[in-house]
Amino acid sequence: MGVTAARAATKGDREGAVIEPAATNGGREGAVIEPAATNGGREGAVIEPGATNGGREGAVAEPAEGARAAAPVRDGCALVTGGSRGIGAAVARALAADGWPVAVTYRSKEDGARSVADGIASRGGAALPLKADVARPEAADALLAAAEEQLGPVAVLVNNAGVRADGLALQLDDDDWDAVLDTNLTAAFRLTRRALKGMVRRRHGRIVNVASVVGLRANAGQANYAASKAGLIAMTKTVAVEVARRGVTVNAVAPGLIATDMTAGLDGTLLEAVPARRPGRPEDVAACVRFLASDEAAYVTGSVLTVDGGLSA
Amino acid sequence: MSATITAEQVEAVVYDALVELGPSRDELSRDATFEELDVDSLDLAELSQVVEERFGVRLKGDDVASIETVGQAIDLIVARAA
Repeated sequence: MGVTAARAATKGDREGAVIEPAATNGGREGAVIEPAATNGGREGAVIEPGATNGGREGAVAEPAEGARAAAPVRDGCALVTGGSRGIGAAVARALAADGWPVAVTYRSKEDGARSVADGIASRGGAALPLKADVARPEAADALLAAAEEQLGPVAVLVNNAGVRADGLALQLDDDDWDAVLDTNLTAAFRLTRRALKGMVRRRHGRIVNVASVVGLRANAGQANYAASKAGLIAMTKTVAVEVARRGVTVNAVAPGLIATDMTAGLDGTLLEAVPARRPGRPEDVAACVRFLASDEAAYVTGSVLTVDGGLSA
Repeated sequence: MSATITAEQVEAVVYDALVELGPSRDELSRDATFEELDVDSLDLAELSQVVEERFGVRLKGDDVASIETVGQAIDLIVARAA
């Protein structure tokens, strides 16, 4: 994808990132997890009961017409970071369809997170929007505690939150580097470490890291992003072998060009490098995450599943 | 809290945690080595979690790497809690 991709990547608009880079929004000063705007300032994360049918009760509510029937009742919940849109939103919906109560974190797109939660609730599922900047060191503890309190033990963790701050290495400044590594890699590590505590004790868990084909092969203009995703893949494999004997699996998906806000505006010629000749849909990635989170994937661990229309083949 | 922690309390918690990890209670003694008990590094990490929750004593990888017997683990926890 070389030159074409480089041109496309360096045109990337930071505003289009799945989660806006922390470095550009000044959001680090905020609370780690802020109550939703409508909750009257109660401490910690809350569910909007009316909006989301929140809590465990929602998981067994009467399904709306057309909802997926007979999803199993789950012991515990799934936590999806960066779930207000794009791949994360699709993952949250897919896991909810599989019966998981889902905690969905978002940093700035409250409307998106609420919309995802409402959609899940309308299909008889339970969803809990949690506002957090995962790049903050305290976020992992706060998010897991909030999810555990409201939805039960976190049995599935999907590290999806990601940011881009593209540019040729010569032009990347330290803030561009740090912001991308902090969110895409360090936050995923902290969440993984925190989630593993319970998973190891319960002898069951599923961690799925949303990496990128850029973590597997070069894409000029994304040294920071590529390093974060390659690091995520290496972390996936290492942690997988550490905890495999406890029934905990750790895998990664590596999406290629997926049609999301993050890729909106990319040069259309990039598609020519994709053998499938179309961008992927968030649901294409979500289906793979859903499988890796399932009981059927119990023997799949330390793997990287590319979802790229053949781009890296 | 730390002033009230005794070796007996720590021993009881450590023994209970070890039994959950696999060894039978009659295998346990202060002289038993983790190798004999087939308690590996991940088990020790889990034991460390229990110890942290119960006694507020944080054991890192380097700490547990240097201990070989159950008694050494108990002594280390008691010393850290003091």
